[in-house]
Amino acid sequence: MTEDGAEDPLRTPARPRSPLFLQRESYRRRRLIDAARFLPILGLLLWAVPLLWSGGPEDAMPGSGALIYIFGIWTALVVAAFVLSVRLRRNEEKPGGGA
Amino acid sequence: MITLNALIAVCLTYVVFLFAVAFVAERSALRGRVRWVRAPLVYTLSLSIYCTAWTFYGAVGSAARSGFEYLTIYLGPSLVMIGWWWVLRKLVRIGRSQRITSVADLVSSRYGKSNLLAICVTILAVIGTTPYIALQLQSVTLSFEVFAQPGVPSPEEGQRSYTALWVAVGLAIFTVIFGTRNLDANERHHGVVMAIAVEAVVKLAALMAVGIFVVWGLSGGVAETLARIDSSELGQWQMDGGRWAGLTLLSAAAFLCLPRMFQVLVVESDDEGHLRTASWAFPLYLMMMSLFVVPIAVVGLDLMPPGSNPDLFVLTVPLATGQEGLAVLSFLGGFSSATSMVIVAAIALSTMVSNHIVMPIWLRLTGGGASVSGDVRSVVLLARRLSIAGVVGLGYLYYSLSGGGTALATIGFVSFVGMAQVLPAMLGGIFWRGATRTGALGGLITGFTIWIYALFLPSIGSGALPDAVMTEGLFGLAWLRPQALFGIVGLDPLLHALLWSMTLNVITFVVFSLASFPSPLERLQGAQFVNVFDHSGGPRSWAGGVAQTEDLMIMAQRILGAPEAQALFEREARRQGTRGPLPDPTPDFLESLERVLSGSVGAATAHAMVGQIVGGMSVSVEDLMAVADESAQLMEYSARLETQSNELSRTARQLREANQKLTRLSVQKDAFLTQISHELRTPMTSIRAFSEILRDSTGLTAGEQIKYASIIHDEAIRLTRLLDDLLDLSVLENGQVHLNLRQGKLGEVLDRAAAAANDGGLSLRIRRDARREQVMLNTDLDRLSQVFINLIANARKYCISDQPELSIQVTDDSDLLFIDFVDNGEGVSAEAQDMIFEKFARVSDSQAGGAGLGLAISRQIMTRLGGGIVYLPGHKGAAFRVMLPRNYAMAAQ
Repeated sequence: MTEDGAEDPLRTPARPRSPLFLQRESYRRRRLIDAARFLPILGLLLWAVPLLWSGGPEDAMPGSGALIYIFGIWTALVVAAFVLSVRLRRNEEKPGGGA
Repeated sequence: MITLNALIAVCLTYVVFLFAVAFVAERSALRGRVRWVRAPLVYTLSLSIYCTAWTFYGAVGSAARSGFEYLTIYLGPSLVMIGWWWVLRKLVRIGRSQRITSVADLVSSRYGKSNLLAICVTILAVIGTTPYIALQLQSVTLSFEVFAQPGVPSPEEGQRSYTALWVAVGLAIFTVIFGTRNLDANERHHGVVMAIAVEAVVKLAALMAVGIFVVWGLSGGVAETLARIDSSELGQWQMDGGRWAGLTLLSAAAFLCLPRMFQVLVVESDDEGHLRTASWAFPLYLMMMSLFVVPIAVVGLDLMPPGSNPDLFVLTVPLATGQEGLAVLSFLGGFSSATSMVIVAAIALSTMVSNHIVMPIWLRLTGGGASVSGDVRSVVLLARRLSIAGVVGLGYLYYSLSGGGTALATIGFVSFVGMAQVLPAMLGGIFWRGATRTGALGGLITGFTIWIYALFLPSIGSGALPDAVMTEGLFGLAWLRPQALFGIVGLDPLLHALLWSMTLNVITFVVFSLASFPSPLERLQGAQFVNVFDHSGGPRSWAGGVAQTEDLMIMAQRILGAPEAQALFEREARRQGTRGPLPDPTPDFLESLERVLSGSVGAATAHAMVGQIVGGMSVSVEDLMAVADESAQLMEYSARLETQSNELSRTARQLREANQKLTRLSVQKDAFLTQISHELRTPMTSIRAFSEILRDSTGLTAGEQIKYASIIHDEAIRLTRLLDDLLDLSVLENGQVHLNLRQGKLGEVLDRAAAAANDGGLSLRIRRDARREQVMLNTDLDRLSQVFINLIANARKYCISDQPELSIQVTDDSDLLFIDFVDNGEGVSAEAQDMIFEKFARVSDSQAGGAGLGLAISRQIMTRLGGGIVYLPGHKGAAFRVMLPRNYAMAAQ
C-alpha cells in the first residue's frame, strides 16, 4: 500500500482517476477535444476583426470584401468542425477511446 | 397572376402534406422504426426553427435597411454550435439525465426544484415569446397580402385579422394534435420534429432558389453581383462596432435560452452524438440561409419602387420579374418559417405553463393533490392543450391589438434580450457549484425588471410608458430614464438595455449567490448538474420505508397511464427481487420514479407529488458528502482501506506469532523426542546393564546383589513415573478424567503439598498467610494438590538463590480465587514464558530434573477444574497464578 494513493487502483472504485500520462489513442482524443474547444474562440476572434474596419468614406471596406471575409471564415469553421466531428466519432468508436 | 384562392389551395395542400409527414413519422416511431426519424440530420434540421419568418423575410429587410447587421444573429448561434463541447454537450447530458422538460424546468431543477424560479422563467418566456408569435402571424398575413394585391399592401384592418386568425387556429390545431400526443416530454414529438425538419428544407430551398435566381438570373453571375453590391447603398462596410459585437453575443445567448431552441436542442434530443453532426451541419445551414440575403436586398433595392417594404423583397422580387412559381415557393418558405416557430414555441411554452403554473395550482386547489382519485393525465393534457391555445391566442391578441405595425419588426431582438436574462442562472447553474436559488432568483428578477422597463415597454410603442417617463425618468428622476439609465446617454437603446440588464443581472446573481446559503437539495442538485459527467447515478433524496407502494402506484398510474406505470413497477420489483408485483419503496426507486414523473409534469411538481405520499424527504449529511464531494468519497474510501489494512497487518502479526510458536514447538518436540528417548534409554540401559551383571556374574555378594537390584528397581520406578505422567497428561487432554469432588480447606491442601514437595534435599522456605488460606474448597482436592506440589517442586528445583524462598499468596477476586506462587529466583525469560506450559517444555536443558510434563499436566488439571494457571510476568522471580472458580470455593464456616 503506497502512501500516495493516486496510483493505487484500489482507491478509485467508482470513477477511475485520470492517469497522468495517456495512451496514444486517448492522447489523440484529448487533443481533438482541445481543438473542438479552441475552434469557437478562434471563430469569435476572427469575426471580431470587422470591429477594426473603419467606417470612413475613403478607405472603407467594400461590401463584397466584407462578405467574402465573413463567409470565408464561416466556411473554414464549418469544414474544421466537420473534420473534428468525423475524427471524434472515429475515435469514439475505437475501443478504449472513452473520455 | 396567381390568384389568392390558388395560393390558399397550395397552402392547404402544403399543410395537409405536413400533417401526413408528421403522422407517418409518429406511426413509424410507434412501430419502433425510429432510425430515420432519429437521424442526426433530422436533429440538425429541427434546430432550424431558429430561423423564423423574422429571419426569412426580416433578414433581407434588415440588410436593406442597416447593411450587414443581419449577419450577427447567425454568427452567434454558429459559434455556439461550433463550440458545442463547451456548453451544449453538458446541457444535453443534464437534460437527459435529469429529464428536463423546458428551460424553466432546468433552472428550477438546478436550484433545488424551486417552483418559484420556474414560474419566473415561465412568465418571462411567455412575455418574451408572445410578441414573437405575433410577428410570425404578421409575416404570414403580409405575405398573403402581397399575392392578394401585389404592390399595394394596405388592405383593411379586418381582413388582416381574419387571415391571422385562421393561421393561428390552424397552428393551434396542428400543435395540439402532434404536440400533446404523449405526455412524457422525454418521449420525443417525432411527428412535430419531422414536420419542422421538412419545413427547414423547404425554407432553405426557397431562400436559396430566390438567391440563385437573383444572382445568376437577374445579376448575371457572382462577379457581377459583387460589383452590384459594391456600387449599391450597401457597398461599404458601415457597422456600429458595439452592435456588431453585442448582437453576436446576444444571439448566441438567445440561441441557448429561447424556449423553442431549448426544446429542440435539449428536450427533443435523442442522442448526444447528434450534437456532433449538428456542430458543423447547423452552422452550414445558417451560412446557406444568410448567403443570398445581401444580393436579394441589393437587387430588391434596385428593382422595387422606393418606399416598398424591404421585408418582403423575397416575395416581391420574384413576383415583379414574373417568376410566380418561385414566388409561391418563397411564400411556402416564409410560411414554413412562421409555422414551425409557432408550433415549437407553443409546445415549449405550454409545457412550461402547464407544468409550472397550472399543475401546481390544480394540485393545491384539489387539496389532497396526488392522493385524490381520478386521472391526472387528462388534467395535464388538458392543461397543456389549453396552454397551447392560450399561447397562440395571446400571440394573435397581441398582433391584433398592436395593429401589426412596423413596431413589431424590432420585437425579435427585444425578445432575445428578454430570454437572455435566463443565461446567467443557466450557465452559472451548470458550471458553478456555488450558484444558489436566491442568487438565481435575484438576478432573474433584476434583469427581467430592467428589460421590461428599459426595452420591452418602450418597444411596444406609445402608450405603454407615458412620455413624461421616457423623457424625464420614473418619478421625475433623470437617472431613471428608460433609455438612459444612470444618466448614461448616447447608447443604442437595445445595447443600452442589454448592457444594463445583463450587467446587473450577473452582479445580483453572483453577489446573492455568494451571500446566501443553499439548501441541502440545492447543493445536491448543484453537484449533479456541475459534475454531470462524473455522476452516473442519481443521489438519494427520499427516506425510504415511509411511502406506501400502493399509493405511489396509484399516483404513477394517473400520470403515466396504467400499463406504463404497471410495467415500471413490475420492472423495479423484478430488479429488487421481491415477490409480487409491487417493489419496496427504496430511496433508489423513489428517486427514479420521481425522475420518470418529472418527464411528464416537471421536476418541481413531480417532487411535490412524491413528497405528498412519501411524507418528507431527507438529504442526510452522508448523502451530501457522498454525492457532493468527490474528495469526501475518496477520503471515506481511503479510511475504510486504512482500517482494512490495519486489520490485515494485525492478522499478519498474529499469524507470524503463531508461526514462530509452531516452529519453536516443532523444534522443542524434536528436542524432546531426543530427550524422551534419552530419558527412557538411560534407565533402560542401567536396568539392562545391572540385570546382565546379576545374570552373568557369579561371585556377587548379597550386599552387591541387593544394591544392583535396588538400582534396577529405582530405575523401573523412574520409568513408571515417566510413563505415568505421560499417561496422566494424555488422559487429561482427552477429557477422560474423573473428578473426585470433595470439600476441604485450602490451607490444608497447601500444607499437604508443601510437605510432599519439600521433603529432603535443599530446604525451600515457604512463606504463607494462614488467615487468608481459610477458604473452603469444593473441588478435586487431590488433583489440586498435585498442581501445588508441582509448583512447589519446581520452585525448589529451579530457584537459583542462596536462600530460596517461595511466597504463596491467596487473593480473592470477584468470582475467582487467585493463589500466587512467587519465588525469589531468576524467573522465566520472556521468550520462554509462553512455552513453559507446553508438553516437554523445560526452561533449560542443563537443569534436567523432570520430563517437562509437570506444568503441562497442571494446566490441564486446572482447565478441568474450571480455572487456570498462568505465568505472571513482572515479578523478579518466577511467579505462577493458579485461578480457581469461586463456585468451587466457599468461605470457611
